Amino acid sequence: MVKNVTSLTRSGLRDWLFQRFTAVIVGAYVLFLAGFILFTHNLNYTVWHDLFAHTIMRIVTLVVLLAVMIHAYIGMWTISTDYLTKNTGVRLLFQTAVFIASIAFLVWGVIILWGL
Amino acid sequence: MNKKRPVNLDLFTIKFPITAIGSILHRISGFLLFFFIPFFLWFLQASLSSAKDFAAVSDCLGNPIVKFFVWAFVAALAYHLLAGIKHLLMDLGIGETFKGGRRATITVFVIAIIVIVLAGVWLW
Repeated sequence: MVKNVTSLTRSGLRDWLFQRFTAVIVGAYVLFLAGFILFTHNLNYTVWHDLFAHTIMRIVTLVVLLAVMIHAYIGMWTISTDYLTKNTGVRLLFQTAVFIASIAFLVWGVIILWGL
Repeated sequence: MNKKRPVNLDLFTIKFPITAIGSILHRISGFLLFFFIPFFLWFLQASLSSAKDFAAVSDCLGNPIVKFFVWAFVAALAYHLLAGIKHLLMDLGIGETFKGGRRATITVFVIAIIVIVLAGVWLW
C-alpha cells in the first residue's frame, strides 16, 4: 500500500467529490463544443474565431481546462497508486510528470485564449 | 499488509465479468485522453491564430492518418464520457445492483459503438 501524500486533496472523499464535480463540468463543455462543431453550418475561421472572441467563452474554456487537469490528475494518481506500487521513485516520477504537464497545459491554455 | 500473500496476476487465466471490461476500458480511455490533450490544444491554437492557419488545420484533417487519430480521440472521449455518466448515475443509486450493473455496462457499450461508428462516418 502507498501513502496518499501526493493525492490532490489528501482526502479520499474529497478527491472522489472533485472527480465527480469536474466530470460534470467537462462533460457539459464537451457536449456543447461537439454540438457546436456538428451543427454549425459552414464552420469557417470567422465563426470559430468569433466563438472564442467572447470573453465568457474564454473564461469558461479556461475553467474547463482547469477542471480537466484536476480530473486528470486524480485519475492518473489513482492509476499510478494501483500499478506502480513496487518502486516509490518510479511512481513519484510519474506523478510529478503528470503534475508538471498539467501546469504546462493550463499555462498554454491561457496563452492560446488570450493570445499572449 | 502480509508481504508474502499469494498473488495471481496471470491475466489470461482470469475470467472477467462484462462490468470489469467496462471498467478497465473507462480507465484506459481516460489514460489515453490525457496524452491527447496537447494535440487538442495545438489544434485549438492553430485554428484560432489566423484564417491561413485555420485552413492549414482543415487541410491537415483531410489526411487519413490524422483523421484516424482524431477518430481515436473521439472514440476514447465518447466511451469515457458515456461510462462516466454511468458512474454518476450509479453514484446516485441508479442501477446499483448486480443485474443493473451488467445492464448498464451493456447499454454503455451499445451507445458507445453507435456514437463511435457515427463519428467515423462523419469524419469520412
